[in-house]
Amino acid sequence: MQETRPVGGLDAKALRTDFPIFRREVHGRRLVYLDNAATSQRPQAVIDAVRQFYECSNANIHRAVHTLSHEATVAYEEAHKKVARFVGARSWREIIFVRNATEAMNLVAHAWGLWNLREGDEVVLTIMEHHSNIVPWHFLRKLRGIRLHFVDVDDSGQLRLDQYYDLLERPRVRLAAFTMASNVLGTVNPVQEMVRAARERGIVTLVDAAQGAPHLPIDVQTLGCDFLAASGHKMLGPTGSGFLYAREEILQTMEPFLYGGDMISKVTTEGAEWNELPWKYEAGTPHIAGGIGLGAAVDYLMHLGMDRVYEHERHLLAYALERLQSIPGIRLYGPEEGPRLGVVSFTFEKAHPHDVAHILDEHGVAVRSGHHCAQPLMKRLGMDNTVRASLYIYNDEADVDALVEALQKVVRIFKIR
Amino acid sequence: MSLYESEAYEYLLDHYENPRNYGTLEDADISYEEGNPACGDVIRIDLRTREGRIADIRFYGKGCVISQAAASILTELVKGKALEEVQQMTKDDVLQALGIPISAMRLKCALLGLKVLKAGLYGIHRWPDEE
Repeated sequence: MQETRPVGGLDAKALRTDFPIFRREVHGRRLVYLDNAATSQRPQAVIDAVRQFYECSNANIHRAVHTLSHEATVAYEEAHKKVARFVGARSWREIIFVRNATEAMNLVAHAWGLWNLREGDEVVLTIMEHHSNIVPWHFLRKLRGIRLHFVDVDDSGQLRLDQYYDLLERPRVRLAAFTMASNVLGTVNPVQEMVRAARERGIVTLVDAAQGAPHLPIDVQTLGCDFLAASGHKMLGPTGSGFLYAREEILQTMEPFLYGGDMISKVTTEGAEWNELPWKYEAGTPHIAGGIGLGAAVDYLMHLGMDRVYEHERHLLAYALERLQSIPGIRLYGPEEGPRLGVVSFTFEKAHPHDVAHILDEHGVAVRSGHHCAQPLMKRLGMDNTVRASLYIYNDEADVDALVEALQKVVRIFKIR
Repeated sequence: MSLYESEAYEYLLDHYENPRNYGTLEDADISYEEGNPACGDVIRIDLRTREGRIADIRFYGKGCVISQAAASILTELVKGKALEEVQQMTKDDVLQALGIPISAMRLKCALLGLKVLKAGLYGIHRWPDEE
């Protein structure tokens, strides 16, 4: 791994050499990957960790005395410990490996929500949630008759905290579940303050860190949340890897999520007793290689330092916003003030986001177009579809320049003035 | 050369910016609307049949150049045509009329119009590329 430049950030160009995918071209051009909010790329270290497991230590965990099984078990547990250090958990037993943040939030809905929410209980969400933190609660609304409240945003895309605090005063609110950062606008929410206010009233908190964990320093002790969900694949880890952090006290009292092998300590024809944490919540053979790869991803990020990751993206975002503003006919979304991730959504009146994204692709620039799995937010802000460029550690000014150059082509093709 | 700077693309852009047979039919026999949830594109087709032919047709929609131009071109193709002939139309008829290569990623955009037309006329709800 390369050392970094002295001022505020990372040497992105040098970091790119750690990522094999940047050796390839797209349509004869250098790959400019700006779809990081959907999924990140993976460094060689992560690919090697996965390969190393399959080539050298492949076996099932927890179930045999032979050498390979022991090595696999140690490596998989070690990966939990790395993630625990990454988020500041008190114990690695507070880290449950899942497929992605979606599964983590479904785990909370099933293992906590099903057993703790009754008809008339209320859940506070925000309008900027990803569908993965909305639809599991729709499920409980249908099944249990709970009531959902959505905290609004203002026109600039900042949460209406006044509304949030008002909602917390309602007597039947049992859970507040909100995202650390918007995947459409990049808005970073004051989650520490939001958690504190909820806990003061005895309300359980779930933080969706799918966008937060890859880009921001996280310390769950400072944050004080009960649950925190993240996807491994958005933070350099393998697809199919993710984790849920949960306070040990709450995990001990909850029922399991999925039932079957490895999550029990004893089974009779009458019933079962649950395994110790975190295995109580990891039924069946898990994605062992994925978990080990996630551990390697966390190593990579911690070596860079999450403060520097955020600093790097903040600088690059400022550069991107400045350059994008010069493009004729562009409309940029997202807060102009306050903390923000390196996410820029934009539209043109005359050019549909799909066509824009397709033209960018011809220039080797990968961006997302669509509703970004956040339809309530899109509707609230009067957006239909947008193009979204999202930055990460390996992006630099040259990538932004490539984006701008390709957008100037869009302007010419659609005769935008 | 970029596909988007070709003359063939100019032809699609013209249909996108000046869609033919655009709007609604007051006394339509059939009016059917569908979207592609993956991208949010929507097309509605109103049509009037007479003596086994499509006597008049209008479409309304929103979406990308390919989806809207394809719908516009489709209305020109089928206006006046016998219903049996329309039923025989395949994705290739649409793709040929578009005149540019359509990548797999954009195939659904190109075929949404034909899908809506066949769903409205015959209750066929499959995507034309999956028939």
